[in-house]
Amino acid sequence: MTTYILRRIVLSIPVLIGILFATFALARLIPGDPCHAMLGEKATEVVCNEFISRHGLDKPIPIQFGIYVGEIMQGDFGRSFRFSKPVTDLLMERLPITVELSFSALFLSILIGVPLGVISAVRHNSWVDVVTMVWANVGVSMPVFWLGLMLAYIFALALKGTPLQLPPSGRLSPGVLTTPFWEVWGLSLQPSGLLYTILDFLSRMNILNAVLSANWKLLTDAVTHLILPSMALGTIPMALIARMARSAMLEVLGQDYIRTARAKGLRQRVVVFKHAFRNALLPLVTVIGLSLGGLLGGAVLTETVFNLSGVGRILYDSITARDYGIVQGFTVVIAVFFVFLNLIVDVSYAYLDPRIRLD
Amino acid sequence: MITDTSKIAQLDSEGLSLRSVSLWQITWRRLFRRKSAVVGMVILGILILIALTAQWLAPYDPLQPLIGIEQISKRANPCIHLLGCPASEPQHIMGTDGNVRDEFSRLLYGARLSLMIGLTTVSFAIIIGTVLGALSGYFGGWVDNLIMRVMDVLLAFPSLLLAIAIVTVLGPGLQNALLAIGIVSIPTYARVVRASVLSVREMDFVSATRAMGGNTIQILFRRILPNALTPLIVQGTLGIATAILDAAALSFLGLGAQPPTPEWGSMLGAERNQVFTAPHLVFYPGFAIMLTVLSFNLLGDGLRDALDPRLAHIS
Repeated sequence: MTTYILRRIVLSIPVLIGILFATFALARLIPGDPCHAMLGEKATEVVCNEFISRHGLDKPIPIQFGIYVGEIMQGDFGRSFRFSKPVTDLLMERLPITVELSFSALFLSILIGVPLGVISAVRHNSWVDVVTMVWANVGVSMPVFWLGLMLAYIFALALKGTPLQLPPSGRLSPGVLTTPFWEVWGLSLQPSGLLYTILDFLSRMNILNAVLSANWKLLTDAVTHLILPSMALGTIPMALIARMARSAMLEVLGQDYIRTARAKGLRQRVVVFKHAFRNALLPLVTVIGLSLGGLLGGAVLTETVFNLSGVGRILYDSITARDYGIVQGFTVVIAVFFVFLNLIVDVSYAYLDPRIRLD
Repeated sequence: MITDTSKIAQLDSEGLSLRSVSLWQITWRRLFRRKSAVVGMVILGILILIALTAQWLAPYDPLQPLIGIEQISKRANPCIHLLGCPASEPQHIMGTDGNVRDEFSRLLYGARLSLMIGLTTVSFAIIIGTVLGALSGYFGGWVDNLIMRVMDVLLAFPSLLLAIAIVTVLGPGLQNALLAIGIVSIPTYARVVRASVLSVREMDFVSATRAMGGNTIQILFRRILPNALTPLIVQGTLGIATAILDAAALSFLGLGAQPPTPEWGSMLGAERNQVFTAPHLVFYPGFAIMLTVLSFNLLGDGLRDALDPRLAHIS
């Protein structure tokens, strides 16, 4: 197992170098000189000269690349001219919002998708099966942004005044305040250092923060704001998961050992959950892993539609504002994050199926 | 029984032996037996028809604002005479948009654009992906390593984000968006072709061709690549669905087709802040995108099942 993990890590190194090279090339390919591209209207001659010598832009390309990699290694992903802040700081502020959204979308899609898939496999060709399959096909075909807008229209306007009314944008209602959970716990920290960074990151996820600080009013408000975006973002993975759960279950239910289990007189519940479902988990892990990339892409659209100031939203705004520092920095981080997620999926896959690591 | 045998004998005598059914005929028959694939084909057929005849079907010019031509306000609600809309008002089946253009006409022309987007991006990606995958699978070694590592890097980015990054560099516009989506989808096809090439490279019929003096090009294009056709067709059909969705997303974000082009994603994006006041302007374009994507998804799934009988029992 350890050998497998190590080999998998070594294999992702060339990919990581490739990502760095691609984002490095991205900044060099932008029309105009990098200084004006990165600093926008702040690029006066003095500022530019300083910028060029600091990033070694007057040196040969391979050395420039070396300097760039060195900066990344030290956690310096460049600066945003719009916010006059390092990209790293912005990332720590915005990433929790996207992580919270993606996780609740994924949670929702697993929570609904897996049972639906299992039921439609067990009741193959019944009306539940037909409805699930039609819905799964429609679900993967819906544009995320359209679904989001339609949900906003239905739940914020058409159902206005009913208990089902939900807010169509933002993270919290005006007037609802958040206090970081560690302040509620009575911790006082200097705004620097690793512990502060981690706690600050966690406290920016409203739901987690509300639970940890036992603020139930905040929890309800955060959850109601998160339902619609999660539904919009979660529908595609939900449909994929339902389909995969169904076909994996059908495959397993056709195996001989299932017939043996039935012949032994085991109850349906035991056959389905103990014998079949566990073996159907494997393809499910893959499809969940593959959905993560789609979630990150979908987050750009969902955050734009629901006005959430996460990574996707700021990335979109930065493209329109030509704040390339953010575009470059965020692209690196997202890609590296994605490689890391794939690594986790592969490792968990090997953990679940010994055949893979013994290969 | 007697009639059956005589029928076969009769067919044999006419040179129509039952055995002479080609793979494509079998696939075609299997495809027609699947309800979902038929639904997909019907929707797609209608869309193609609309795309081809848009200039005759559309009651208005999709680009012409109707200010001063008709008594109609911007973002007017749909007005259908058959459904009780007073005959004194001009008929706009799906209302008018923010620039007082007929939404229905724009939607019809949008079908043209969407199908074109799907086909061009996927053809581009298939051509480049096939060449790369074939080189990689056939030659192996450092060529394989180099090409596949580059593909890994492309796959390391979530596809929509990579497309966004590429459009950022190239500048917004429909052509650049298409190029970006094309580039992003290359790895899928390269992998599919590489896998097929690897699976037949060492087979006897390939060695035979080589022994008979066939050159590399001949072996690749005549002997090896036809084996990659089946998975490519399936992947390509499903890929069109993804390409249309991604292109619509880019246009929605303002990075793809620019106004006044009647592209569904950009039509939706332009009116997205009016969702509470004029929901029809958001609903119809999005619904059209969904139908188009759905038809390609259904057809792709059907093709996969029809071309790969091993999967037939699963769905």
